[in-house]
Amino acid sequence: MDLILVNLIDGLVTGLLLFMLSAGLTLIFSMMGVLNFAHASFYMLGAYFAYQISIALGFWMGLLIAPLLVGVIGAGVERYGLRRVHQYGHVPELIFTFGLALLIEELVQFIWGKNQMPYNGPEILNFTAFAISGNSIPAYKIFMIFISVGIFLGLLYVLTKTRVGMIIQAALSYPRTVEALGHNVPLIFMGVFGVGTALAGVAGVIAGPVLGTFPGMAFVLGSIVFVTIVIGGLGSLWGALVASLLIGWITTFAKSYNIEMEDILNGIGISTPENLDDNIFRDFWSLTSPQIADILPYILMVLILIFRPAGLFGKRIQ
Amino acid sequence: MKNITKLGAVSALSLIIGASAAFAEDIKVAFIDPLSGPFASTGTNGLHQFEFAADYMVNEKGGLLDGKKIEVVGFDNKISPKESLIQLQVAIDQGVRFVVQGNSSGVANALTEAIDKHNRRNPDSRVLFLNYAAVDPALTNDKCNFWHFRFDANSDIKMDALTDVIAADDEVKKIYVIGQDYSFGKAVSAAANSMLKAKRPDIEIVGDELHPIGKVKDFTPYSRKIVSSGADAVITGNWGADMLGLGRSIIENGFTGPIYTYYGAGSGMTAAFGDSGKGIIRLISEGQVNPPPTPEASAYYDAFSAKYPEGNIDQTRISNTIGMLAAAIEKAGTADDVVAVANALEGMEYESMWGGTLFMRPNDHQLIQDMHIAAHTNEGITYTFDSSDYGVLVESTVEMASKDSESSCEMKRP
Repeated sequence: MDLILVNLIDGLVTGLLLFMLSAGLTLIFSMMGVLNFAHASFYMLGAYFAYQISIALGFWMGLLIAPLLVGVIGAGVERYGLRRVHQYGHVPELIFTFGLALLIEELVQFIWGKNQMPYNGPEILNFTAFAISGNSIPAYKIFMIFISVGIFLGLLYVLTKTRVGMIIQAALSYPRTVEALGHNVPLIFMGVFGVGTALAGVAGVIAGPVLGTFPGMAFVLGSIVFVTIVIGGLGSLWGALVASLLIGWITTFAKSYNIEMEDILNGIGISTPENLDDNIFRDFWSLTSPQIADILPYILMVLILIFRPAGLFGKRIQ
Repeated sequence: MKNITKLGAVSALSLIIGASAAFAEDIKVAFIDPLSGPFASTGTNGLHQFEFAADYMVNEKGGLLDGKKIEVVGFDNKISPKESLIQLQVAIDQGVRFVVQGNSSGVANALTEAIDKHNRRNPDSRVLFLNYAAVDPALTNDKCNFWHFRFDANSDIKMDALTDVIAADDEVKKIYVIGQDYSFGKAVSAAANSMLKAKRPDIEIVGDELHPIGKVKDFTPYSRKIVSSGADAVITGNWGADMLGLGRSIIENGFTGPIYTYYGAGSGMTAAFGDSGKGIIRLISEGQVNPPPTPEASAYYDAFSAKYPEGNIDQTRISNTIGMLAAAIEKAGTADDVVAVANALEGMEYESMWGGTLFMRPNDHQLIQDMHIAAHTNEGITYTFDSSDYGVLVESTVEMASKDSESSCEMKRP
């Protein structure tokens, strides 16, 4: 029972982190209609910038400055890169972001090398917030939860309650009408792209000390972010949140409990073959949930695509 | 006039031919390991150490066989067995006779099989496989062949030494084994189980687990299980980003006992563990860096640090590999006939600058050497890793570990 609570918290942290990445990606998707392959690369840039800044000015300045830098770079990419490519259609845009992802990874390796960076969280948060039957919850994790929830609430408020948010929402759905009403739609797009990448930057800043800061960090997280927004429904902020939390909890629980395939199969009435060593399904029978935990989201994505192609909260139906 | 032009042309031509002949005579060593992706740092650091060892130990001392130099060429295999076989073919086409590889036993298994096949079919362009870090025991047991030599201790030998040390520690009652889900991780787990059972039947293995290799983003759920299992010590064969991720997560979630690792140092890990890993991270490996074993080793390390200020010598076996290869080529008198070189390597005894004598066991091509258990600390460290204040300090040593261990290798000789 205690462990369930601990796992709920751990899954929440993982899920919220994923949300910060997928929120930006899903916003950018609903704007451009194209997936930004370089999104996880901005997450990596956030971590590296924050590391560099934290050496000179400390963690907190890193948290403040690094996302801004990433956002400015993101906005620049939209203004001088994507906007030019946009007129040639979706495929060039897709290829552009893909190339950008490779470029950023090479650039990071060129500047910082291929090693792990000794990027650590602030000393002040280096204590155990509380412990549940021997399992300590580091204060840093609580801090991560607060930051991400804060960002979600802020984003939700801006998008739904403010004038700016309404113009953005309108511009995302009916760009031409909004333009005709006298709003600068390209500027809005640039802003959304900048904010989306800055969100990825924040995720990088706070995840870097926990998940490690190394050139492969974008690659490790990249694919799962796409899975998240596909499950949640492309373009839906709530969908991104629900899918992120779902993935966070599914993987955490699958890793924490050794559920064996044998038990599941026995449970649904299939009995274990007598001589398992010779059986051609031996590997299948001996599967355990921690082994397959990280592919469960992909299985979920396939199921969603089959039974609800628009995603959990998606509106688009082709 | 015409004659002079002719003479000039001929001499120029002969110079070019001579120069290219001298160039072609370089002994090429193909380094097939990940140079991009999540394990890029491990691979790149290995490449630097190989290049440096070749330059320092061979090329700057006049080369081998009247001036032939060893040239280490990097090939990026992206840690994929399939890609490795392509790179192997490219290397062979470029005239390479010696292949070194170490990261991932999965890759090593594919390479040793492919090289065996290649050598049988192409007696004119045979290659030797010098494995400097892939430690799946099968490579020198069931899957052994004449062309494969292992310069690292295999995981059974390491586990044998490690369990000797653990067995002597009466405070350890519960042990958790965790590793990456592939041949090497499974070998570590199997060896830990059988050897602990034999040496300390009272020790309980409270957890024995595999996780996907290079895919886990957050190790928290695993470390939760480790902490709540009440384990006194953890054994892991993880490496690269998986090692750092697991180690950090275990420590962060409140574990204070020793974590016995195969690869828990260097490549940025030592700096990243920093103070939090002190007294917790232990490393089982060959070769001693702290305290420096010999003056030669110190001179070697100083020269390496001068060239790569941010690099580490975290794989002393790399200089052993180059040293023994050079000695074997000198003894065989050729770098082209790899059978002669292999015969010279077999049974070779080599004084390592990192301390102790190395012995290449002829029956299975497994190098027998001293094994050390070292601790991650900042006290008594001469050579730190990752330009941090931390390094690994040898705590205990098992001499000529597993010298008489058995091998199921039945080697077919050409």
